[in-house]
Amino acid sequence: MSATTQHIKAKPLWNKQKLMPWLFLMPGILFFAIYVIFPIFQSFNISFYKWSGLGEPKYIGLKNYVKLFGDRAFEISLWNNLKWLVLYLLAIPTGLAIALFLNQTVTGIRLYKSLFFFPFVISQVVVGLVFTWFYDPTFGLLNTILTSLGFAPLNVLGDPTLVTYGIILAGLWPQTAYCMILYLTGLNTVDPDQVEAARLDGAKGLRMLWYIILPQLRPATFIAFVVTVIGALRSFDLVSIMTNGGPFGSSRVLSFYMFEKALSEYGFRMGYGAAIAVVLFAIMMVFIVYFLRAMYKQESEPR
Amino acid sequence: MLFNFKKTVVAATTSTLLATGAFAGSHALSGDLVIFSDMSNPAPRAVMEGMIDRFGAMHPNLNIDLTVIDRENMKTQILNFTSANAPDLTNWYAANRMIPFVDAGLFEDVSDLWAEDEFVNNLASTKGALTLDGKQWGIPYTYYQWGVYYREDIFKELGLTEPTTWAEEKANCGKIVASGRACYTIGTKYLWTAGGWFDYVNLRTNGYDFHVQLANGEIAWTDPRVRQTFANWRELIDMGAFVENHQTYSWQESLPFIVNGDAAAILIGNFAVAPLREAGLSDDKLDFYQFVSINPDVAMAEDAPTDTFHIPSLAKNKENAKEFMRFVVSAENQTLINAGNALGQLPINAQSAVDDDEFLNQGFAMLSTNSPGGVAQFFDRDFPAEMAGIGMEGLQEFMVFPDNLEDILNRLETARADIY
Repeated sequence: MSATTQHIKAKPLWNKQKLMPWLFLMPGILFFAIYVIFPIFQSFNISFYKWSGLGEPKYIGLKNYVKLFGDRAFEISLWNNLKWLVLYLLAIPTGLAIALFLNQTVTGIRLYKSLFFFPFVISQVVVGLVFTWFYDPTFGLLNTILTSLGFAPLNVLGDPTLVTYGIILAGLWPQTAYCMILYLTGLNTVDPDQVEAARLDGAKGLRMLWYIILPQLRPATFIAFVVTVIGALRSFDLVSIMTNGGPFGSSRVLSFYMFEKALSEYGFRMGYGAAIAVVLFAIMMVFIVYFLRAMYKQESEPR
Repeated sequence: MLFNFKKTVVAATTSTLLATGAFAGSHALSGDLVIFSDMSNPAPRAVMEGMIDRFGAMHPNLNIDLTVIDRENMKTQILNFTSANAPDLTNWYAANRMIPFVDAGLFEDVSDLWAEDEFVNNLASTKGALTLDGKQWGIPYTYYQWGVYYREDIFKELGLTEPTTWAEEKANCGKIVASGRACYTIGTKYLWTAGGWFDYVNLRTNGYDFHVQLANGEIAWTDPRVRQTFANWRELIDMGAFVENHQTYSWQESLPFIVNGDAAAILIGNFAVAPLREAGLSDDKLDFYQFVSINPDVAMAEDAPTDTFHIPSLAKNKENAKEFMRFVVSAENQTLINAGNALGQLPINAQSAVDDDEFLNQGFAMLSTNSPGGVAQFFDRDFPAEMAGIGMEGLQEFMVFPDNLEDILNRLETARADIY
């Protein structure tokens, strides 16, 4: 074959390889740009205005942000988000523990696994309702148990100091199941040779877990961490269902406060809501950048 | 959810064509009429559909399109559809809830309707609630009284009579608490029920004009008169008058307490009668009294929220919409849709008949003869939305932790400075 024909053949091939991925990505990129990227910048823009959602927006510069710093409801929401962030991470070790426990071959293990996974399958609304009934101060199971054991009854969802923890506990139920399933699939890929070798070297119990199993579960841990952190920051449904942000706003989180200010019946403050959204976005961005970097590093590592 | 009524209307038309033929010949409308309604609960929905059937029968050539939107969703969706793709008619609420739409020029001025004889003669009582800047922005279709619904049998058992003064009220409540019950059930999870209590204690302590001024941001929350309202309210709270843990319950979830006899009464709107009856409280067990007088120098005033229809400025068939409005407020239609087997509320047309129902009769008598001070809409309709939201949250906190009052009032005062 001569050099010229090769040249002619090679060029369209180069084009194809460069172009085709973009063509395939096009619909996704387009929708992502319209429905995600563009609204992000739009929110940034709206947060500099005072706007009721009707009529003309009025430019007020950074005033919305200045107001945020003096706003007690915002402060409470921020703290609650922090509580969510920290306590929600408990789902990872609990999920791992359950996964290790279920990672055995006994009759009916599939059934047990599905039962443990069940809370993740049902909707958050149902989880919220189930826990609301569980916590019900008059008829709830929790107080029935507490009083039969001789303790004073609790109104978890009506007590400003307990309410957020009560909701986080409800959130942990499905989140633990999610982490469990991630670890169960992870455990399938653990190399039996390594486990065997470690056993020959006398590794057992916790040492085996720490030095042999966990390092191999790193991808699963990473994903579990990502989904849990994101899940904690976007917690909304449970708060909305279980307490509607109450009592007197003590269980609000940023996403709920944003919704209340901008879109709910008593809101109509689009600019202020957008400012809250921007703050939430900034917090999320810290984690997202970290995740993306970690993923990028992982992928560029030689295997 | 889109429900196309063209077919039903055509069917209804054929059957009633003979009857309405003469009328249709002279006044019949043609073209389209697009209605967005929030009457999504079963009874209101049947009422809305019934009205369209009857209106359609009168105007066989009119295409009526009804879209029913969930009542809660309507509160956010109305922002979108009044500013683009507007219907010809939409439901909403009276008083300050109209302000954002009127200010943005999204509601049509219908003052010309209110100048017509029917409106001048028979609808005067609700005119104020539909008036902003001296113009009218919609029409009412129903309203309902608020007041104390109580367990007649428990009152009998304890030898109590309907109180009329604050002293009698407290004496009654003392006896009820002593019998191991709460005086009042209430569910404040969604806050507005606490707004009802504040409204009444405040209306009775300081009167209607004060209520309006406070709602308009003209009075400080730290004003001694506001404090007096809270002090009066606190007397009941300190007696243990309210059911415990009310902050975790919605108003519906608070009903079992009165049904089971753990609480003797509830301060609420007439819409609570239907579920209470369904739960087994027959008319000999349930009765109604007007909220007692507190300050004898203050004229009695009531909360009676009014539900309304409006024409968006962007509507395409405004004349058709106005004709529908005339139809809605007509005495005959008002009697029909507010009857006990329909909405079970009060008609806004003075010529309408009130259905013979124990509670509607008492409510109608109360509002027409014993509310000289005026008729307020409700805390969350008279106050601007944002103030109402923050305010009711403070009221709920006050009911749970009355000692936080100072902090709450300062917070509301800061919000007031910011909002108005």
